Amino acid sequence: MKRIPWIFGLVATALTAFVLAQGSMPSSAMAPGDKPASASEVKIDNFSFGPATITVPAGTTVTWTNNDDVPHVVTSDDTKMFKSKPLDTNDHFSFTFAKPGTYQYFCAIHPKMTAKIVVQ
Amino acid sequence: MADFIRDNINKDGIDRRGFLQCMAWAGTGVLYSLHGGILKSLPLMAGGQYGKDAAKMKGADFSFIQISDSHIGFSKEANPDVTATLQIAVDRINSAAAPPEFLLHTGDISQLSKPSEFDTAEQVLKGAKASRIFYVPGEHDVLTDDGQQYLDRFGKDTKGKGWYSFDHKGAHFIGLVNVVDLKAGGLGSLGSDQLKWLQDDVRDLKSSTPLIVFAHIPLWAVYPEWGWGTDDSEQALGYLKRFGSVSVLNGHIHQIMQKVEGNVTFHTALSTAFPQPAPGTAPSPGPMKVPADQLRNVLGISHVNYVQGSHSLAIVDSPLA
Repeated sequence: MKRIPWIFGLVATALTAFVLAQGSMPSSAMAPGDKPASASEVKIDNFSFGPATITVPAGTTVTWTNNDDVPHVVTSDDTKMFKSKPLDTNDHFSFTFAKPGTYQYFCAIHPKMTAKIVVQ
Repeated sequence: MADFIRDNINKDGIDRRGFLQCMAWAGTGVLYSLHGGILKSLPLMAGGQYGKDAAKMKGADFSFIQISDSHIGFSKEANPDVTATLQIAVDRINSAAAPPEFLLHTGDISQLSKPSEFDTAEQVLKGAKASRIFYVPGEHDVLTDDGQQYLDRFGKDTKGKGWYSFDHKGAHFIGLVNVVDLKAGGLGSLGSDQLKWLQDDVRDLKSSTPLIVFAHIPLWAVYPEWGWGTDDSEQALGYLKRFGSVSVLNGHIHQIMQKVEGNVTFHTALSTAFPQPAPGTAPSPGPMKVPADQLRNVLGISHVNYVQGSHSLAIVDSPLA
């Protein structure tokens, strides 16, 4: 009985570390050989940006991928900062966020699709 | 044909089910007929057969056809060959007993605003037996260069981003553009320039003039959550309030929907490319896949009979299958 508590402590610590590590990564199904989804990726599925909010350090390049059957156009709210070409299925668009701030964006042809990038 | 006959009700060698089983699935059009200011719509079926409503189409002042959402360039599972189904729709138009006087295309002619897509659409539509085709753009038609290509091809004699009006045998047609300068979180948008133009355009018309307004995105709030509506349509409709007969023809949602509000009848058309789900019945308004032999089942269209002034209104839904 006396030896058990420290084992529990070790297991609890290991589990906690494991859970915390999981928590910082967006959950997604991965097949062998997949690049893990990183915090600077946004997927477009079912007419929505996922994750709807991501937080990245200044200087990060964010990449959007369109998984829908219809095209989308990733556009900053002011329509000037960034605007992708029409992205067909599996097309990508990338933009580097140099300065800190909160950048709201939407899809120029489906304007109900909104999301934001928080740059720290 | 005889193999498909199950119920030979009228003893003419054809039954409805058999006829439809013979029909290749196609996009459909809607035939409109103007009778003394009263707009009626009927489903466009193969061979120009309008069933028992054929008699209603006789004596029309004129008829026209609305087609919409051809999405030339789309090639996913929901319809791998949208050019073929647009061609079938044109064949249906041409097989009608009397050709329509013109076609109205309510937008999303192309999928990605590519020149080749516009070329193909124009080529197919050129084969329609109609003296003219009038267009308004969908959001898919103005994806590049702020819609300049659309204007170059289809915007002759239009104003601003492609709005215009014309008269035909006493009716006044107004083509509106509500797919440009869309704002984050918003719906379709007409914009102040176009609204001002609209107000001026109808100012000197008699209130008895039948108005037919056509635009891509619905001019009423069909389902705002999916972007199916226009932010400033109320203002536009306000300018038309005094008219005894206003018909609003839209596309964008790839299904038939209608609404009546006072003297205004709203009607949305099917797509010639692919269906979309009914509001809220799917995670998103994307292309809806159905088994190939059931596609015509989701293409049911409606007869719209509206009357001027204070007369009553009747709407009859008739699915194709």
